[in-house]
Amino acid sequence: MKHAVLALLFSGLSTFSAIATFSTHAASAQVNVYSARQEELIKPVLDKFSAQTGIQVNLITGKPDELISRMASEGRNSPADVLISTDVGRLYRAQTQGLLQPIASQALNAAIPAHLRDPAQHWFGLTMRARPVLYIPGKVDPKQLSTLEDLASDQWRGRICIRSSDNIYNQSMLAAMIASIGEEKTLAFAKGLVANFAQPPKGGDRDQIKAAAAGVCDIAIANTYYLAGMFDEPADAKAAKQVKVFWPNQNDRGAHINISGAGVAKHAPNKAAAQQLIEYMVQPEAQNWYATANHEYPVLAGVKWSPVLESFGTFKADPLPLVKLGELNSKALLLMDQAGWK
Amino acid sequence: MRYNLSLRQLPLLLLCLLLCTPLLVVLQSALQPDWQLWQHLTSTVLPDYLQNSLLLAFGVGTGALFIGTTLAWLVVFYRFPGRNILQWALLLPLAMPAYIIAYTYTGLLDFAGPVQSLLRETFNWRYGQYYFPEIRSLGGAVVLLSLVLYPYVYLLARTAFAAQSQRLAEASLSLGLNRRQHFFRVTLPMARPALVTGMALAMMEAFADYGTVQYFGVPTLTTGIFRTWFGMGQQQGAAQLAALLCSMVVLLIYLELASRKQLHFYYSGQAHQQVRYTQLSGFKALLALILALLPLLLGFAIPASQLALWALAQWPTLFSAEFGRLLWHSFSLALGSAVLVVSLALLLAYGMRLHKHWLVQLMVRMSGMGYAIPGTVIAIGVMLPLGAVDNQLDLWLEQQFGIRSGLLFSGTLFALLLAYAVRFLAVALQGIEAGLGQIKPSMDQAARSLGLNARQVLWRVHVPLLRGSVLSALLLVFVDVLKELPATLLLRPFNFNTLAVRSFELASDERLAAAALPALTIVLVGLVPVMLLAKALDKTPNKE
Repeated sequence: MKHAVLALLFSGLSTFSAIATFSTHAASAQVNVYSARQEELIKPVLDKFSAQTGIQVNLITGKPDELISRMASEGRNSPADVLISTDVGRLYRAQTQGLLQPIASQALNAAIPAHLRDPAQHWFGLTMRARPVLYIPGKVDPKQLSTLEDLASDQWRGRICIRSSDNIYNQSMLAAMIASIGEEKTLAFAKGLVANFAQPPKGGDRDQIKAAAAGVCDIAIANTYYLAGMFDEPADAKAAKQVKVFWPNQNDRGAHINISGAGVAKHAPNKAAAQQLIEYMVQPEAQNWYATANHEYPVLAGVKWSPVLESFGTFKADPLPLVKLGELNSKALLLMDQAGWK
Repeated sequence: MRYNLSLRQLPLLLLCLLLCTPLLVVLQSALQPDWQLWQHLTSTVLPDYLQNSLLLAFGVGTGALFIGTTLAWLVVFYRFPGRNILQWALLLPLAMPAYIIAYTYTGLLDFAGPVQSLLRETFNWRYGQYYFPEIRSLGGAVVLLSLVLYPYVYLLARTAFAAQSQRLAEASLSLGLNRRQHFFRVTLPMARPALVTGMALAMMEAFADYGTVQYFGVPTLTTGIFRTWFGMGQQQGAAQLAALLCSMVVLLIYLELASRKQLHFYYSGQAHQQVRYTQLSGFKALLALILALLPLLLGFAIPASQLALWALAQWPTLFSAEFGRLLWHSFSLALGSAVLVVSLALLLAYGMRLHKHWLVQLMVRMSGMGYAIPGTVIAIGVMLPLGAVDNQLDLWLEQQFGIRSGLLFSGTLFALLLAYAVRFLAVALQGIEAGLGQIKPSMDQAARSLGLNARQVLWRVHVPLLRGSVLSALLLVFVDVLKELPATLLLRPFNFNTLAVRSFELASDERLAAAALPALTIVLVGLVPVMLLAKALDKTPNKE
């Protein structure tokens, strides 16, 4: 028995040593990236960076909170240099756990508007995404639309599609509202909105748009790049063409936005290369790639948008310092529980 | 003597302790309840979590039991056209990751999908004018999970049915039972340990499911753990929810053991004959064929075709070097872990057989609990202690000798393997234990009395009899690791990607068409061992 087990174990281990030869080892200059952006939407930019600078980039992708837990667990020995996240709440969480270090960079400060980066310089917005109201023309007269808060009013009973409150984009949206109009009014809004749901929340952002196009609801709430991405895929383009973008709150605080962003790890072994990488990501080349490949709004002024983004029109964005979204995230979640938002 | 704890059991206990550590790490933070948080949870979401988790697990358990037993009964006791292919093809749904089947069926049956659109166009209906079952619901989750999890029951039930002696049937008939009575009064009760084991595995997997319920918007304990941990940043509250989940699993394991305890069936040790089967023809054969094809169509053929359709546009990427690397990573990782986990399971199962001490029994049981815990919770339970060990060692070496060891375990394949072992040990252990349980202890004694030593008993008696269980366990773990996502995502080393990670990333970005190719490849890679196993199992003698 022992022999059989040993033989099995050995054959297993030899398989793994074979795998291990694939993992890359120390090159002269390198930078290690923990990315909550999926590989497909980060690797092309990293490859260009490597080609230009000769710095090798090692990548792990994953869910943001888990990457943060991993950094925390690895402590001062963590190989992480750069943390990339697709929403500000997680960057803030990494910052409050002491996992990021401040970076003083003229290039970053010049390229990124102040409200899209941490006042204490721990994290920096790299691209912007907005969460507008999407409506079906013919069923909804845009004149009826005004603010996000108004979507809780009786005229929208059974007409709204939005995804689950498990989703960070909804949590951030409510956090922004708490910051602007306070907890009490936000709770009232959440309750009203839940009463107006056309169906129990399910699926992702694209599903809400498809549901609206199919007639389940008249209004969907979704992030801009989900809608824009649907135009690129023949199967989804038909639904995408049936909705129009309405920018809410244009007469007061502006439409809710969020960022994807990055920060340098507290114990980064390659700090200089890390800073260099983040600076590269706000240069026109990388900014342009995100604006066209994934339809995200560039943070750098003067970079051209994709034609689809152009078609959504310009809008006034909420200038709320995004650090607030991080601070109020858990409060937003408790409040959505109370409102019965599944 | 064998009821006493001795030094010989120490290595076994230490191994169990290692395997229990991740769970203990997570659960220990559950010891200080945060009453304010619990008040919030119980007054808002907890009742839903509990109800949905229980309904899901019992629904899936019942569904898998029903489908799996029916199919095993058809395949073992009847012959009909296509039966020889179907008997292994029925394992195919196993290769289909649950969240992938959820995505494909949503794409098909959703309001905006082709099925309902066709209905509307044909009959000129509009939204709200007709009834169509909602796929993204608790009921939908139960059906879809049952469709991909029934092979657990089928695999074990088939082995159990086929192993029953024909003499039993003859005895029943001679005692005046007809065939139906024989099946319900003898065959089924004798196979009960295997059936309950398969059902328990399906239920544990249902408890741990995150991808499907999250996509369907069904709040369960598992989604609650994530929401509390990551959304609210309340690690303790999340650990307490995980503890609640564990307690349900403990109950499940207890029920399973209790059901096994009442009944002990062994091979009689006498010559077995092939089970006698009935040749079906005409209408009955057609009916059997349809019945057996149905779960295969629903659990495999339809979603796989949908994936293939989506993947068609992506096929050029198949030939890229990067895709080859993904394939190699996934395959070798699954194979290596399957071998490792099954070896561990053999060690532990024999440990339990040889050492009847309650502590050994308890520790081995606890080691198998990881299967019902969401992969992410296990992964974090592996990551935290390894990180702590790494950092303590590094600090100590620096203070004592001025050298730094850095991270020795964190971020290595070792961490990943440990997580797989914790998560999937139950799968291997249950099957092997069921197989081992059918070997009558008196057979060991008889063999020993005939002059065989312990090793010879193992090789000449146990190995031939266990072959089927070990091969099944290898297959199940292989396919499970191939599909595994959360632990791989969290613990993998730099630049190490697998098919499951790839497909999940694209699907979570709601790009189903792009996700289809890696998903389909997982299914295809899973096919290879299923076919090999089917061949090997056919050769496994049950007449020795």
